[in-house]
Amino acid sequence: MNDTILLDPTAENAPAQRARLARPDSLEGKVVGLLDISKPRGNVFLDRIEEQLAALGITVNRYSKPTFTRPAPTALKQQIAAEVDVLVEGLAD
Amino acid sequence: MTTPPPDGLIVVAKADCPTCRLVEPLLTELADAGPLQVYVQDDSDYARTLPGTRYDDTLEHSWRLDTEFVPTLIRMEQGREVSRTYGWDKAEWRAISGLSGLGEELPVMRPGCGSKTLEPGIAERLELAFGDVQLKSREIDVSAEDDAIEACYARGWSDGLPVVPPTPVRVLRMLKGTTRDPQEVVGLMPPDLVSCTVEKVAINAVMAGCKPEYMPVLLAALEASLEDDFGLHGLISTTMFGSPMIVVNGPIAKAIGMNSGNNALGQGNRANATIGRALQLIIRNVGGGRPGEIDRAALGNPGKYTFCFAEAEDSEWLPLAQERGIAAGRSAVTVFPGEGVQGIIDQKSREPESLARSMAESLRAVDNVKLAMAGDAVLVVSPEHARIFIEAGWSKQRLRETLEQLLMAPGEKLLVGAGGIAEGIPARFKDKQVPKFRPGGLLIVRAGGTAGLFSAIIAGWAASGPVGSAPVTREVR
Repeated sequence: MNDTILLDPTAENAPAQRARLARPDSLEGKVVGLLDISKPRGNVFLDRIEEQLAALGITVNRYSKPTFTRPAPTALKQQIAAEVDVLVEGLAD
Repeated sequence: MTTPPPDGLIVVAKADCPTCRLVEPLLTELADAGPLQVYVQDDSDYARTLPGTRYDDTLEHSWRLDTEFVPTLIRMEQGREVSRTYGWDKAEWRAISGLSGLGEELPVMRPGCGSKTLEPGIAERLELAFGDVQLKSREIDVSAEDDAIEACYARGWSDGLPVVPPTPVRVLRMLKGTTRDPQEVVGLMPPDLVSCTVEKVAINAVMAGCKPEYMPVLLAALEASLEDDFGLHGLISTTMFGSPMIVVNGPIAKAIGMNSGNNALGQGNRANATIGRALQLIIRNVGGGRPGEIDRAALGNPGKYTFCFAEAEDSEWLPLAQERGIAAGRSAVTVFPGEGVQGIIDQKSREPESLARSMAESLRAVDNVKLAMAGDAVLVVSPEHARIFIEAGWSKQRLRETLEQLLMAPGEKLLVGAGGIAEGIPARFKDKQVPKFRPGGLLIVRAGGTAGLFSAIIAGWAASGPVGSAPVTREVR
């Protein structure tokens, strides 16, 4: 059975495309996470962002994935979700 | 193809059908005698040399000709079908073709094969592609996602358990369970008060795991829930526990295989489980009643996944639906704003007086022993307990009246502050005898397995009657 088309079970009051979470208006009082995916020199980029955020008085937590070749381990995702309000991830080298 | 097929003869055939192969040599003779259209349902060399042969790859022609068997022989005149036969029947083929010597060397008769249009899953696909049915719901393409079940979760359509992805074919199949038009509006679904069509009901029924034959019960339960007396809007929104619970009476319960026996209030029966769940999914998806949003329940109850069972009807006790005005032999649903299940264990009473007192004392716990005329309650009496009353000649009505008498309490004991408990009823009841339940607020249903001297209390919403919710019974049609 072709499962790629589903009929909407809702009152269709929300857009079919799921919206991304709204960006915060300001980082004031927020905790920002920086996720290093463990690609070479990603740390250079993230170090610079940390410097700039720290200069604004924003709390920064650093995280890194064991390897860029796989999705982040569940425990790491849960840890990040519990500890930060916003996450910045460097995707490429 | 909206124009009718051409006049003359039409043969619908399948190459892998031995009877179609049997008649294949005769087709040349038919073509020589007049116009002949041959539709072949499978890709092959069947009757390839004839100019009128066409590979019906989409099966549209076969479907429009309402083909059930192959071979099928049809004669069209002036755009209308005038005769038809199927399989090989020498006399019929000769009569329809007008060729008196047709198939002389063939046997008198050979049955055919089933048409490809009727293979499982194909018929609904063809109806969606070529039929009149129009599903209006928005189509969501989830092809980019790994798994349709996960896509349903991601869109917030699930109660927490996996749902069956509502594909158009599944929804069409579900709609076969009712004669009602898919676009008919069943009612305004709270809390968002949006029109709920039969089609939306069917989509949510698919997701809940219903079979099409459950649709009449589900539609009746939804209509009952939408009656003003039931107060569904408030029930969805309340901080308290309740949610629609469905009790089914009458022949439909057996017809669709509902459970009224062992573990009747528990898991394991598809009809019980999925009808109750479908109603909850409609509340969630169509009405927008999601927990933590409009659904403000502080604790909720497990019945908010699903809560639906059938009464174990007994000739000696009037079934709930009949007590509530439905004619004997008819099927009906009763919706009740149920909380969870509280057991009554009494393994020692052998006399109805003792058992009734035992039940009455247990019923005092509904809402709070110090509250009265707040929530309704359903008393589910198991067969072993019911037998004690029935053998003593007690009708359901007599049991209810006895319980109501036993549950009268001196107001002073229930007052705010009495017994060192702040909760209680207002001071104006001080010198009165107070009933536990409002008139009509105690319902009795017989259900359960045949072993176990237990019954159960299902408390209702503490806002009962006109200020909140009253049970509603509706015939299943």
